[in-house]
Amino acid sequence: MIGLISYLAFFATMAGILAIAVLGLNLQWGHTGLFNGGVVAFFGAGAYGTMLLGGPPEPGQFGGFALPYVVALGGGILIAGVVAWIVGLLTLRLRHDYLAIATFGVAVAFENVTRNADWLTGGARGLRGFPRPLEAAIGDTFLYGLFFLGLVLAVLLAVYLGLERLVNSPYGRVLRAIREDEVSARSVGKNPTRLRLESFVIGSMIMGAAGGLYVSFYAFVSPQDLAPILTFQIWAMLIVGGAGNNRGAILGAFLIWGAWTLSGFALSRFAPDAMQLYTGSIQYILIGVVIVGMLMWRPQGLLPERVTKTIYQKGAKKGSVIINKEVI
Amino acid sequence: MTADAILSTSGLTRDFHSFRAVDGVSLNIRPGSITGLIGPNGAGKTTLFNMIAGALRPSSGQVFLAGAEITGLPPEALFARGLARTFQIPRPFRRMTVLENVMLAPPAQVGETIIGALFRRRALQEEESRLRDKAMAILEFMTLAGLADQPAGKISGGQMKLLELARALMGDPKVILLDEPAAGVNPSLTRILIERIEELNRKGTTFVIVEHDMDFVMRHCDPVIALAEGRIVFEGTANEARVNPLLLDAYLGASA
Repeated sequence: MIGLISYLAFFATMAGILAIAVLGLNLQWGHTGLFNGGVVAFFGAGAYGTMLLGGPPEPGQFGGFALPYVVALGGGILIAGVVAWIVGLLTLRLRHDYLAIATFGVAVAFENVTRNADWLTGGARGLRGFPRPLEAAIGDTFLYGLFFLGLVLAVLLAVYLGLERLVNSPYGRVLRAIREDEVSARSVGKNPTRLRLESFVIGSMIMGAAGGLYVSFYAFVSPQDLAPILTFQIWAMLIVGGAGNNRGAILGAFLIWGAWTLSGFALSRFAPDAMQLYTGSIQYILIGVVIVGMLMWRPQGLLPERVTKTIYQKGAKKGSVIINKEVI
Repeated sequence: MTADAILSTSGLTRDFHSFRAVDGVSLNIRPGSITGLIGPNGAGKTTLFNMIAGALRPSSGQVFLAGAEITGLPPEALFARGLARTFQIPRPFRRMTVLENVMLAPPAQVGETIIGALFRRRALQEEESRLRDKAMAILEFMTLAGLADQPAGKISGGQMKLLELARALMGDPKVILLDEPAAGVNPSLTRILIERIEELNRKGTTFVIVEHDMDFVMRHCDPVIALAEGRIVFEGTANEARVNPLLLDAYLGASA
């Protein structure tokens, strides 16, 4: 029983961390229309940043400042934001698929840096030795698992509430206007350059927070954690859940992570021995099939975006009009 | 420019490679007028319009709004200064409600910054309810109030044109540039549009209307400015325009 609960807590912790990253992507893509194909770079910047600031010193290695956990995590988020700001300045003039290609390239470059800049990232070995927050104080591993799940869910809730407040305000209204028609938004005095950059940086900082929690959970990070598949998994979560809908983003994260975990389990259990080598590849194919299938048959996702009503209609039934497919 | 013009250009020119689309256009828009800008296809109307609206940089020349130079300012800066525009093919924010399309427009809203949206809740709510009242009044005026909660992508093309004018009005503009307002709109909505333009004009708003439809311009605009091959070929009242053989020649001759 304890084993099952502890496994479920482990599962929910991972799904919760990914859900945070999906919420970040939803701000960028769902609300602002920014096609970020390099999610993993910002997740990774938060992950490595947190590790460098909070980890113990090691000989021949930059970083390892052993800063208090909150400072390390906050710093990791900030580093993700700075990386996003620089990438954004360089790429945000690109539109749609071009932006996707450029950001995908950034993610590949980032992974290569982590693999090769030994002095900074530990190279292929990665970075280790991060004391998990309050682990010593709690002691018991089972209880600690639950505690960490609570921490992740608290961050997830805070991000969700903050984003809901933001996207249901005039700020979110302007982001959506830019998503819908940038020329038109400019004609009514809005500055797309500033707003796209802000949305990109905030979304990436949220991804960075997910990366920071991820490395705190594993107390280890290596370039293997930053494989391109993570970007596609996070995209699949958003598309399945429903772009433009924060609850959909969270739902999608839990569903896809569940499907990923179950398919991995089923493949390792039931695939013939000769196929065992390829189960990972089969999972990649499954993710691709899910993305393509959703885009073909239900592009609005399981929980579609609703016509947002900003706070001016306080008391009125929120989001009572579902946006029709034809309109999209 | 002359002192009493609300909008003026001086020697405005635009080249596309070796082709000169607009060639040294100097014009003065009288405050409180509905000025019609006509000309055959390729006369440079749209290029001139886009340069005034900030969508296109002039190769040379200047643009002035109420005495201040606005040459080369981006469109988003012009809206706050009181120069609004609409589009020939309407560009509503399709997946947003009609009401949100309109409430979005006023510049420098409290809730338009991250800090304001997250932390200045009281000021934001007061502003939102004020903007909502104003937006509803404008939608009422434009006969769109019944569609306030509809996604803007679902209303008709003519209604979208009314919506664009409503959106522009939220910025309390001094001058509104209309790009072919009658194109592709059914007669009853065109009539509503005209009535509203004329009523706004009586209250002091200046209009500059680029229109392909000669008949429309002759009936509703005064003065009329005609362009051909990038230059002004006629400037005068609608009555003068109606009997000006040169203008009719240039217009019909070039478009035929």
